[in-house]
Amino acid sequence: MERTVPVRTASTNVIAKYLPVYFVLLGIAGVEVLLAYRHFSIGSLLGILLALALCSGTLAVMYFMHLAEERRSLFLTLIPVTIFVLLQMNMIWSDSFRLLRMKPFPH
Amino acid sequence: MSDTELAMHGHGAELAEGSPYAIPSRKLTMWLFIISDAVTFGALLFGYGYLRIASSDWPTPFKFNPSIVNVLIMTLVLITSSLTMLGAVDSAKTGDKAKTNRFLWSTILLGVIFAGLHIREWFGLIDEGVRLFQNPWGSPLFGATFFSITGLHLLHVICGVVALIVISRGFSRGWLTAGHVETTGLYWHFVDLVWMFVVPLIYLLNISR
Repeated sequence: MERTVPVRTASTNVIAKYLPVYFVLLGIAGVEVLLAYRHFSIGSLLGILLALALCSGTLAVMYFMHLAEERRSLFLTLIPVTIFVLLQMNMIWSDSFRLLRMKPFPH
Repeated sequence: MSDTELAMHGHGAELAEGSPYAIPSRKLTMWLFIISDAVTFGALLFGYGYLRIASSDWPTPFKFNPSIVNVLIMTLVLITSSLTMLGAVDSAKTGDKAKTNRFLWSTILLGVIFAGLHIREWFGLIDEGVRLFQNPWGSPLFGATFFSITGLHLLHVICGVVALIVISRGFSRGWLTAGHVETTGLYWHFVDLVWMFVVPLIYLLNISR
């Protein structure tokens, strides 16, 4: 059933409200660039950058997309399933490392 | 129940359950689209990650200047556009059409700047000899993964800009509501979210040292 978006009479200063999230996201982007120039192995760098990207993504979903303000049922319906599906794709990593070192399948 | 309501919803309307999520159906639909799109991007990024790790000669062409500087500016532009989009949604909910339009057009402008910078980045790489299945440096799949992932993201940005133009005109003329602005805002934030994964995985993992 379609619901309508309630009309508010007074505008809050939404820009000021979300400015801290904005600066944290920019900060994470800056930290990612700094870390990319440190000498990590490709696997470690991938892990670190993915972790930071996940932090940014979580902030964007929870605050910019207002998922934190929605009912918990929406969060529980959408997010665990998405994470589960994405985690299933992790099956490929071991094979990619095996290919890099050109090791045969273990017998 | 009025005759109009009966005509719109039928006699069983009063028996229908409300949304368990307490959000409009169009917003739920957008969330479901976003989840499916997230999995699409996820599959592309996982496929890219596989090739990146499994290839010992993967090219690392992104110099700090111009590529990484360009990417940082693009990130700043896109995150700022999310902030202006939040302003547009908030203004739309209060019914302030002029303010909503100002925020929407700021978002559109930032989206166009982002797309322009992105296309400039592409032309830079094409000038250096990168094609879909060849490049001067190493694994020929670099171009295929780079252009497909960033291209799909760029397509999302362009579609978002077109949607925002339509929403802006519709909202100012009164045939679209604050709900439409909010739903388009969700899509725009998702485009921003995807970029947060594209930058570290596509660009920062392949910097030229």
